[in-house]
Amino acid sequence: MRTRSAVRVVGPLHWVIYPSLICMAITVILGTPVRIFTLPLPEPVIPLCLAFAWPLIRPSMLGPLMLLLLGVFVDLYHNAPLGLTSVAALGVYGGVLAARPIIVGQEPRVLFAWWMGLITVAFLFDYLFMMLQTQVAPSIIAVILQFLPTAMLFPVAYWLYQRFDDGDVRFR
Amino acid sequence: MAFRDGPFENLKVPLGITAAFAVIAAGAVAILLLIGDKRDALKTEGYGAVRGAFAKAAAPTNGVFAAPVRWVGSASDWIGDYFNAVDENRRLKQKVAQLEAVRDNNIALNNINRRYEALLNLRVQPAVEMATARTVAESRGPFANARLIDAGTDKRIRVGNPVINEQGLVGRVVGVTNSASRVLLLSDVASRTPVLVDRSDARAILVGDGGANPRLEFLRGVDSVKEGDRILSSGDGGIFPRGLPVGEAAKALDGSWRVKLYAERGDLDYVRVLLFQDFSQLLKPDTLNAPPLASLQTAPQPSPELAAKIDALHPARTYPGAAAPKPAVAAPVAAQPTPAKTPAPAAKVAAPASDKAADKGKADKGKVAAKSDKKGATDKPASGKSTADKASAPKAGAKPAPAKTGTPKKPVPYNRLKNADAQGAGGRQ
Repeated sequence: MRTRSAVRVVGPLHWVIYPSLICMAITVILGTPVRIFTLPLPEPVIPLCLAFAWPLIRPSMLGPLMLLLLGVFVDLYHNAPLGLTSVAALGVYGGVLAARPIIVGQEPRVLFAWWMGLITVAFLFDYLFMMLQTQVAPSIIAVILQFLPTAMLFPVAYWLYQRFDDGDVRFR
Repeated sequence: MAFRDGPFENLKVPLGITAAFAVIAAGAVAILLLIGDKRDALKTEGYGAVRGAFAKAAAPTNGVFAAPVRWVGSASDWIGDYFNAVDENRRLKQKVAQLEAVRDNNIALNNINRRYEALLNLRVQPAVEMATARTVAESRGPFANARLIDAGTDKRIRVGNPVINEQGLVGRVVGVTNSASRVLLLSDVASRTPVLVDRSDARAILVGDGGANPRLEFLRGVDSVKEGDRILSSGDGGIFPRGLPVGEAAKALDGSWRVKLYAERGDLDYVRVLLFQDFSQLLKPDTLNAPPLASLQTAPQPSPELAAKIDALHPARTYPGAAAPKPAVAAPVAAQPTPAKTPAPAAKVAAPASDKAADKGKADKGKVAAKSDKKGATDKPASGKSTADKASAPKAGAKPAPAKTGTPKKPVPYNRLKNADAQGAGGRQ
């Protein structure tokens, strides 16, 4: 006998909305002013992870819109210039979308290389923009200290891609 | 006819193209936000309604989300305290011994300082009120270093108030709502703080760059800063009070001077907001930046009588709305009894020597008196009489002032005339 729970439709709610909410929650938690054994909590740019995985899962109109909103949320939360994270995340999304035909189906090492390249461009844009806006070159060490935790999010992006790749029944 | 039966039945737009359009549209919006964003420090309008509402909502929400993280942090502190207790105890005992001597010295110096202030009748800074607040969120990235605290206008916090912890200066308030405030840390890329080196009193600007140790810039002088020098807030610009401890100077690998912030040694949780207000926060910038002689342009037109008298002294000048300039006749003007608010005192037109004295005022006292009585005029201060009166009064043995003539006088600038009038009026009392 088939039960209702056996039929599970994976829609945008599962691979766009829920990850976005989780991303917001992690951003808030990592913003806690606390030190664990004298070390502060890391502060990765989590929306970049979604920006990399979403176009690989499936190009959609909802993805860029959510990235815009997520970026605004992160900027408001960190008191960064409004739109800075959104532009960086949309840049990553656009890059993956443009290169999608040659990325999809590649092995993880190739995806990791693309991931590193795209987040480097995103950080470079942020760095140059802040340098122009404030007339001060931000500390390279501080940039690296944010870049490394962000780069380490690749397994999360890859898991998201593997989890929802071709999972949307309407896309089959 | 249903829509699916129409001409668009077979129209299919590739997902990639629609997604690309969405990226372009969202990117355009993001760029517009980025260009239009106002994040300027010390401007109330810089902390817009959106940021204010967000901060207000985020402050209590963060408390709930971050509770487990705080527990973990407290547990790690407890473990750290347990293992470091012996070492810390030794270090603290040594420090207490050092600080006792400093405390005694401090008490003595405070006592002397109070006496000096009383003797010199100095206008000292009043005690600054403080408000305590808890940090509910923190950002430590290279592009934003800020904290959200759970106190706002309900505790009389204003934009620009300095924020300290028990170790030193943390930053300043850049946005306020009624229950939460945003604090820009000294290390933020947008932060500029006027500081001084305690040892040499050299001034500098502390420039944040997103790193843990902000840079010291615009530092002048040879050996004005050395490794380990204490850096304090200078109070220049009126945002911070003078003398708040900021950190210690340290030389970076690239040769630049940086500051190890004291605030980093303190707790992150609680901060104190100084409810400090300086003159620069009380006045509008336009008032401070007004040209110094702006009042001359807004002054009322002189009355016809006043203009006529001015013109008599300054024939080349004309004033709109005043009577036509008359030929300069000095004698009748001098002969008339001078009213109380006449711009030219009798002393001015009585004699060239006295005229000079009235014009130049006290600064020229010695020079004028030298004509009559060199020693007496310079050594003896004016007692009861003004300089102008003394200069105009005939003195024994002095050369009599030349008689009035009909020749036109040397034109006197209007502003100097007003000064002379003031001195002359004082002399008539």
